Amino acid sequence: MVAVAQRRDHRCISDRFDPWRHNFDGTAQGRARGGSRYRHHHEHGRLQRSREDRIIAGIAGGIAARRGRDATIVRIVLVLLGLLSGVGVVAYVLAWLVLPAEGSSETIAARAISDRQGITIAIALVPALVLVLLVGAALHASFLSSWGLPLLVSAAGLVLVYRNAEDDERAWLTESVKALLQLGAEPRQSRRSFIARLGGGAVLFALGVIVISHAGHSWLRPLVGTLLLIAGTVVLLGPWWLKLAMDLLNERQARIRAEERADMAARVHDSVLQTLAMIQRSADQPQEVAKLARAQERELRSWLFEGRPPGSFGAEGVATLSAGVEQIEREVEATHGIAVDAVTVGDVPLDDELRALLAAGKEATVNAAKWSGATSVSIYVEAEPKQVSMFVRDRGAGFDCNRVGGDRKGIAESIRGRMQRHGGTAVIRSVPGEGTEVELSMPRHPSRA
Amino acid sequence: MTTADAPRVFLVDDHHLFRAGVRSELGEAVRVVGEADEVAAAIELISERLPDVVLLDVHMPGGGGKAVIEAIKASHPTVRFLALSVSDAPEDVIGVIRAGARGYVTKTISGPELIDAVLRVASGDAVFSPRLAGFVLDAFASMPPGSELPSSLDPELDNLSPREREVLRLIARGYTYKEIARELTISVKTVESHVSAVLRKLQLSTRHQLTRWATERRLI
Repeated sequence: MVAVAQRRDHRCISDRFDPWRHNFDGTAQGRARGGSRYRHHHEHGRLQRSREDRIIAGIAGGIAARRGRDATIVRIVLVLLGLLSGVGVVAYVLAWLVLPAEGSSETIAARAISDRQGITIAIALVPALVLVLLVGAALHASFLSSWGLPLLVSAAGLVLVYRNAEDDERAWLTESVKALLQLGAEPRQSRRSFIARLGGGAVLFALGVIVISHAGHSWLRPLVGTLLLIAGTVVLLGPWWLKLAMDLLNERQARIRAEERADMAARVHDSVLQTLAMIQRSADQPQEVAKLARAQERELRSWLFEGRPPGSFGAEGVATLSAGVEQIEREVEATHGIAVDAVTVGDVPLDDELRALLAAGKEATVNAAKWSGATSVSIYVEAEPKQVSMFVRDRGAGFDCNRVGGDRKGIAESIRGRMQRHGGTAVIRSVPGEGTEVELSMPRHPSRA
Repeated sequence: MTTADAPRVFLVDDHHLFRAGVRSELGEAVRVVGEADEVAAAIELISERLPDVVLLDVHMPGGGGKAVIEAIKASHPTVRFLALSVSDAPEDVIGVIRAGARGYVTKTISGPELIDAVLRVASGDAVFSPRLAGFVLDAFASMPPGSELPSSLDPELDNLSPREREVLRLIARGYTYKEIARELTISVKTVESHVSAVLRKLQLSTRHQLTRWATERRLI
């Protein structure tokens, strides 16, 4: 699993001298709660909790994204730390409190400070701690004594997390806990098996506790006790874990399906809808119309029956970034009769992300050719080790970014949506009368290339 | 009407039609003092007429623009050269710059922009087209980590400063000097001096990439 540092930043700047392009981080603090959620995420920015790559709080995912490590390894290390001593668990809960979620400007702790009731509940857990310590002492169960404090501190932290988390995170927590509570509310036919499981699990668990707490000098006893504990836990909670994993899988599949649909819409827009627009404009030239229709038919056929998506890069042996840029240059010059000046610095082999970048860049170039009224468009592409940037610039009419209707699929879907789906960003700067510049950037994953 | 201080320009290109086109585009802004369609004639006529700026094609029979610059540069260092070409091959472009041209523009350049470029070169500045800026950024690309820097490299000459890189990037993105000055909040004069500094590095650097990179474009 590769953690992807999501960079979501979809602003439209209608003034080229916008100060926050250069000093963007400082504004995040002052932004009102509940306003725009996603802010610029610098590669070397602060540690954040990942939204995409998370099992519990997204801390492992965040660390992995920041350090460029594999999230699974980070998770294993965290679990080992947690098992070795309760301090690991406490540290995790504290991190949950003080690290902001990705795209959020506020930590949970910042909100918890003003949550009096939550703090009261957390403090009310102190008598419970005393009770646990007393029971541990009475049973001579040293593990209860050593784990009591960290577990209770964690519980107090979790109370604050739950009460002060953002809505989506709380919904997720509620969902998980509900699944746990529903253990007792299963369909009737499995009621019996549930009781059996509950009983069996409880017996195993109790046996484990007894064996461990009465561990004599034999080294075998704690081992057996631990095994019994684990077995009991699995019997008790196994089905719940399974359900959770299934839900997670379903959710991911649904998201992938939605993204595929959006990708297809963008492709149809780029090819079919663009051609239809051109046909309308040249309605008085039957030959031109026939030519356009034929070309579109061929393209559509090869998409539907040969699986070659229209406007995709790599279909005609285009394997590198610079070759893809040259293809854009050629195609837009041929179809729209406008001079395209393309400059490429550095070169890399194409992957899915870079194909998306090229497709979005082509759309921006076509837009410039169709709407700007300029005689030439400049394309500048630079491949750097960490990211690939693409600039499409014209000195044409420009437009007011705020006035483009929501139904204009071109910018919304084919450029912004496409970049976002592949983890990149799009910034459009346009000044009426001076021209437009579209800036696209896509982080690179050399480890996968 | 040609003003008295308009730069004297000489055209070297093997295409008659193209020379005629450039001549009419330059119009009254400069004085065209002569033209030539091959290397030997160009060298002879330029030595005789000593123009301020020679507009020359990169590709020509008999050694190309590079041969013309090399022949003139030694005896008449005041003559300045501006390469004008459709050639896209980086090694040709870099070659002509390293021979001594003060700039490179593509033949798709518009009339007013060409005049501007000629005036700039006449006053001793450098002229970088977006394409040349891209080539230079590529040639001065940061070394891949792990590779040894040859000890012969002069850090002053063989690396671009961050500001110079910024200016080149904006040129490559199609910004004019005026727009670059506005974007970076510096004066046009400062932009010009950055570009001239890059030109100097390009001509003097011994960076081995400059000779090698043309064949194998950087794959990172």
